[in-house]
Amino acid sequence: MSLKNKLHDLKEKYKGKKMAPAFNALHTFLYTPNDTTHSGSHVRAVDDLKRTMNTVIMALVPVLIFGIFNAGYQHYAAIDAANGVIREASLFGNFLTWDNFLIGAWTVLPLVIVSYVVGLAVEFVFAVIKGHEVEEGYLVTGMLVPLIVPVDTPLWMLAIAVIFGVVIGKEVFGGTGMNILNPALTIRAFLFFAYPTWMSGDKVWVHGAVERAGTADAISGETVLGYLAQGKGSEFSYSVADMFYGFIPGSVGETSTLLILLGGLFLIFTKIASWRIMLSAVLGALAMGLIFNGAVSSGWVAETSKFYGLMSFDFWKHLIVGGLAFGIVYMATDPVTGAQTNIGKWYYGFFIGFISVMIRVFNPAYPEGVFLAILLMNVFAPTIDHYVIRGNVKKRLKRNKNTPVLPKGGHGKEEELKVETV
Amino acid sequence: MSNDIFIKKGLNINLIGTAEQVISKAPLSNVYSINLQDFHSITPKMLVKQGAEVKAGEPLFFHKGHESMMFVSPVSGELVEIIRGDRRRILMLKILADKEQTYVDHAPLNAETASAEEIRARLLKSGCWPFVKQRPYDIIAGPDSEPKAIFISGYSTAPLAADTDFVLQGKERELQAAITALGKLTAGKVHVSVGTSSSSPLAKLRGIELHKISGPHPAGLVGTLINKIDPINKGEIAWTIAPQDLVIIGELLLTGRFNAERTVALGGSAVKAPKYYTTKIGAEIATFLYASGVDSDNFRIINGDVLTGYKTRPDGYLGFYNNTVSVIPEGDDYELFGWNKPVFDKISSTRALTFSWMFPKKKYDLDTNMNGEHRAFVMTGRYEEVFPMDIYPLQLLKACMVKDLDEMEQLGLYEVAPEDFSLTEFICISKQPHQQIIREGLDLLYKEIG
Repeated sequence: MSLKNKLHDLKEKYKGKKMAPAFNALHTFLYTPNDTTHSGSHVRAVDDLKRTMNTVIMALVPVLIFGIFNAGYQHYAAIDAANGVIREASLFGNFLTWDNFLIGAWTVLPLVIVSYVVGLAVEFVFAVIKGHEVEEGYLVTGMLVPLIVPVDTPLWMLAIAVIFGVVIGKEVFGGTGMNILNPALTIRAFLFFAYPTWMSGDKVWVHGAVERAGTADAISGETVLGYLAQGKGSEFSYSVADMFYGFIPGSVGETSTLLILLGGLFLIFTKIASWRIMLSAVLGALAMGLIFNGAVSSGWVAETSKFYGLMSFDFWKHLIVGGLAFGIVYMATDPVTGAQTNIGKWYYGFFIGFISVMIRVFNPAYPEGVFLAILLMNVFAPTIDHYVIRGNVKKRLKRNKNTPVLPKGGHGKEEELKVETV
Repeated sequence: MSNDIFIKKGLNINLIGTAEQVISKAPLSNVYSINLQDFHSITPKMLVKQGAEVKAGEPLFFHKGHESMMFVSPVSGELVEIIRGDRRRILMLKILADKEQTYVDHAPLNAETASAEEIRARLLKSGCWPFVKQRPYDIIAGPDSEPKAIFISGYSTAPLAADTDFVLQGKERELQAAITALGKLTAGKVHVSVGTSSSSPLAKLRGIELHKISGPHPAGLVGTLINKIDPINKGEIAWTIAPQDLVIIGELLLTGRFNAERTVALGGSAVKAPKYYTTKIGAEIATFLYASGVDSDNFRIINGDVLTGYKTRPDGYLGFYNNTVSVIPEGDDYELFGWNKPVFDKISSTRALTFSWMFPKKKYDLDTNMNGEHRAFVMTGRYEEVFPMDIYPLQLLKACMVKDLDEMEQLGLYEVAPEDFSLTEFICISKQPHQQIIREGLDLLYKEIG
């Protein structure tokens, strides 16, 4: 008896039982189910949610691999810097090395494993309790989470944050497709507000910087934005190429703008993510950056101002440092929490970019705003959609001028309607 | 005079097994059947008893709400069986056909000179009225309803559907009679659409507003036509009639007889020799299915096209409104790693390791597999790419699911029929039953407001 038939028999055995969703979740990973159409269209396109989520994960894998090497590279680069050795980043010279990989794998892979194991465990528990199938949303969330946290995040912290994020961010609303806030960003926000010392400052972004702090071997773990926010823009030695290729400290997966750009183009090409959101978010970030640059060049901001460092930062460079590019490509485009109408997506994306750069500049304690900007716009996305859809409704009502706009829940509605439709 | 309409949004589903343009006469069926499933929201009151002898065109039952609206027998013979379901609801009537057919003779009615009232009464009495459907609600038109316009789509874009141009050949007289008669029942226009380069007899009719329409499916759906020309507002009624039914109406007016004959396309990858057959409404599908031969032993027969039809069996019967029968393989098998491997042999609306976008002309052999499991709505912006109407499809579906009557009205439920959502259902990543959701929404709206 083949594996296929054995699994089919097991599926029949579990049908209607408590454990059915858990079994089906594993079964459908191996085999697309034998379900056939019953009502409506008898044939269906090949795309399903698993394929969709898988495509996003494919776009994330290069970023993850780069993040693993970069974790090691930044560790050794910081040690070199502490010893006064200046290094030039070179992809095959000192980046793609075994040493870097081992450090990176040792620090990053546990984050990935904890994120997936804890998150999926919560999903399975909820699926079994509520008796629905395990939906695939967490496949992407689980991959995003390790990429947007500092490399030395303690695993227990991550586990608690994942449980909080999945339960409060998603399951209480009814699971995948129903949540208001992006679950990965909810997890990130929980970490940020619950354990701020581990999530910000000049130590957390490079492996080993925290535990070496205060010792003779102390190394720096500051990000480009951190330098700028403290007005020490002249102290870092990263070139534009370093920032674009990603040889800079930062959250695990956010640094390589090049790979994020390629991932974004892949998602647009496969029609999985919205190009409207990505493009308008880039435009929004550039617009805000230009406004700040303009304010600086008009002399409105004194050089002694604590905002000067970030405000005078070239507007386009905002896109290649920090988590802005990662947020725009992988998080802002989440279809569930983003705007759902095509027109709404333009506004939604634009404000994400715009507000991200604004928070960056005006929040010196934590000079990265993209996750807060996306969460904020997640909350406003339904409002944006509401106005877009009202536009369509108004057009329909205008077409039929005789129809009065009925107040919601109004009394005497039935009589009114009867008069009209007769 | 014609007006051109271009549809940009949509998707052509090219399937193997398009019917060859050859017409054969189907072997006569012994038993003919009227399936009550075809008449949505009709409550039948029987006029004849089981065992009664009826003529072709003789009323079998009427609609409880409208006693003038007759439903007639397609053939003469004996009413051998009334199949009932729960609470004695009538599901199906079976008529054993006579060798020699006899017809109920209504006098011919000259559409040019007859009054609107005469025409209305004749259509109701003769059993032709049920061919006239109305929107909103996608139901049989009310006998006293006054449509603002009549819409007829003569452009077939649905997968494997009968080519309207082909099946209407030589029916100019019948079509003209029907159009003239129906034109008197509306204060508005009779809008007819044909393909841009079509030689359809419909294009030459008098008394119509001709529209040349082009683009991918759903350009041929009548709902698309209505939305592009004159969308239905709240309180308005539009009638729609399928072109092949105009022929039956026309023949009734010209000869006085209800002739249920119809040219049917038999297609699909499981059919050995897909082609056209002339048969009658209610004929057993096996009569012509086995004349063409079937290629596999695990197949599904669909009364209608693959997007909107309903499932039937070889001993099922041709539906009242259908001129297409599709036979495609069942997909009740598992597929190893079906969710992540590259796919070349199925249609997709994305490019996520699916390659149908590279071969827009290729014909596919799709089966009935769901290709995934039912999920909550997740993706956005996908339906809009195949939905040419000025309506937000996702939001309308959600309004129907939560039964928000105000939202349903305001988002345009009056303008749509379930078939308009067949393509969004086809590409739906979450595998939601769109047509069922819309049907239930329409039923609710009809019950509460209609």
